[in-house]
Amino acid sequence: MSGTGAGRSGGASAALRAWGTMLAIAIEERLVYRGDFALGTLMRFLPIVTQVFLWTAVFSATSRGDLAGYSRDDIVAYYLLTMVSRAFSSMPGLATGIARSIRDGSIKKFLVQPVDYIAFLLATRVAHKLVYYAVAIVPFAAVFFLCRGFFPPPPNAAGMAAFLVSLLLSFLLGFFMEATLGMLGFWFMEVSSVVFGYMLVQYLLSGHMFPIDMLAEIPTGIPGTSLADLVAWLPFQFTAYGPAAIWLGNIHGAGLARMLLVEAAWVVVMIVACRLAWARGTRRYSAFGG
Amino acid sequence: MARSLAILGTFARACLVRDMTFRANFLLECLTSLGWMSMNLAFYLLVFTFTPEIGKGTGWTREPFFAFVATGLIVNSIVQALFMPSAEELTELVRTGGLDAVLVKPLDAQFLLSMHRVDFSALANGIVGIVLLGWAVSRFETPPPPLAWAVYPLVLLCGVAILYALVIMLAAATIHMGRNQSLYDFWFYLTNVSRYPAEIYAGPWGGPLRAACTFVVPILLVVNVPARVLARPLEGEAWWPVFGSVVAAAAALVASRVVFQRSLARYRSASS
Repeated sequence: MSGTGAGRSGGASAALRAWGTMLAIAIEERLVYRGDFALGTLMRFLPIVTQVFLWTAVFSATSRGDLAGYSRDDIVAYYLLTMVSRAFSSMPGLATGIARSIRDGSIKKFLVQPVDYIAFLLATRVAHKLVYYAVAIVPFAAVFFLCRGFFPPPPNAAGMAAFLVSLLLSFLLGFFMEATLGMLGFWFMEVSSVVFGYMLVQYLLSGHMFPIDMLAEIPTGIPGTSLADLVAWLPFQFTAYGPAAIWLGNIHGAGLARMLLVEAAWVVVMIVACRLAWARGTRRYSAFGG
Repeated sequence: MARSLAILGTFARACLVRDMTFRANFLLECLTSLGWMSMNLAFYLLVFTFTPEIGKGTGWTREPFFAFVATGLIVNSIVQALFMPSAEELTELVRTGGLDAVLVKPLDAQFLLSMHRVDFSALANGIVGIVLLGWAVSRFETPPPPLAWAVYPLVLLCGVAILYALVIMLAAATIHMGRNQSLYDFWFYLTNVSRYPAEIYAGPWGGPLRAACTFVVPILLVVNVPARVLARPLEGEAWWPVFGSVVAAAAALVASRVVFQRSLARYRSASS
């Protein structure tokens, strides 16, 4: 029994060491093009600029003090906070990268090596994010400092903890949703159109484009249920809207607890879906090439 | 000129044959492109549930604004179809040394590198843009006069020329940098500025931004000028932006030519 226990402990430690090595290699890879990476980080703030001007123009032309509960300052703060959410949940190139590995056969090395492919991808993505945060912290801090006047007072300790939890869950959700999408490559040769369709839906329903609350007046045909109510049950809103709304104090109490529970449930669902897709996909996969 | 047009026709035919070989993929690309555009239109419709116009007193009420959006769709679909696919390939050609084979061909390198690929699926948005423009203009309180319709294609082409020049200059930067993914992102973000009426860029930050995007990098002329030609009376001072657009397009084309030639002169082959 003790031998088995020691074996398990040794196995776990070896897996952890392997994961740590994968993480270190991935970090070094990411730092090769650091100039391009830093420039790309700065560029990501540019669309926010046009959004701020657009909403400022909208507010100047309407007699309403707020739109769906958002003042002009709230809107600016909201878009900036969704940048933080997206910094955790967006997974550029993950789904298409997996599909490409399946298509060109390079995935077969993971079938013969004692490395868990999904864990390898997760380590690579964690490395990408760590490098991204290390580089992005400067422009993020500068922009948030310049725009500090738009923000309400920060949330209390519980609100802050909920914000951080929602960010971590959004990272996992974004990762496993995209990884599952990429595994469709086992069934279809080309998934780029599916990925693009997913991006469309994601962009619209995540709150990246506008706060989900703005859909509250749009009927769905179901009595007492608005489009915002329906979107609240989908996984997309946790990748942009959720953390931003928590920071702004728009969600609290029982509503906040329910949101985090639904988000955690979606993470579990997507982990299971990803593992299932990998298990079923590798069973039907036939490799070719040298 | 006739030879260049014939070669361009051959390129286009080859790309169409390729697209039609993978018809389902072509259809999906059209649908996803239309999906992206529909999503943006839905967003603008949502915005107009909160406000009667974009910016107080600007005149960009719903129909003129949708004429503006339609103009943007037409200009961008032409650029996406004719120039972007080729410009995107340049990065790989430089990195792999494939540019060598292009340079030894008896054709102008800029012409060959910027127009050898045509993405027909990108034209789907342009077709929707034309339909949207027809819908929006038919609801104008005062329909545009024939003169405005005559000037519109000219300033539309000027907008295309400005974007083409920008794409070429960014593509030329590949030769210096080896990799320029961020610069293509920059192109996307820069054109993002042109998607809205110039009047929204106001105030202590917006004013300088508007001036820079009009006189330094004339990106705000691309959609604003043609859309104004239709949405506003074309008289008096309204002609100045039209002349400005023509001059900016000519200057941008010359600048892109100079930058591209200088970049090519610095090219060092990566192939063995």
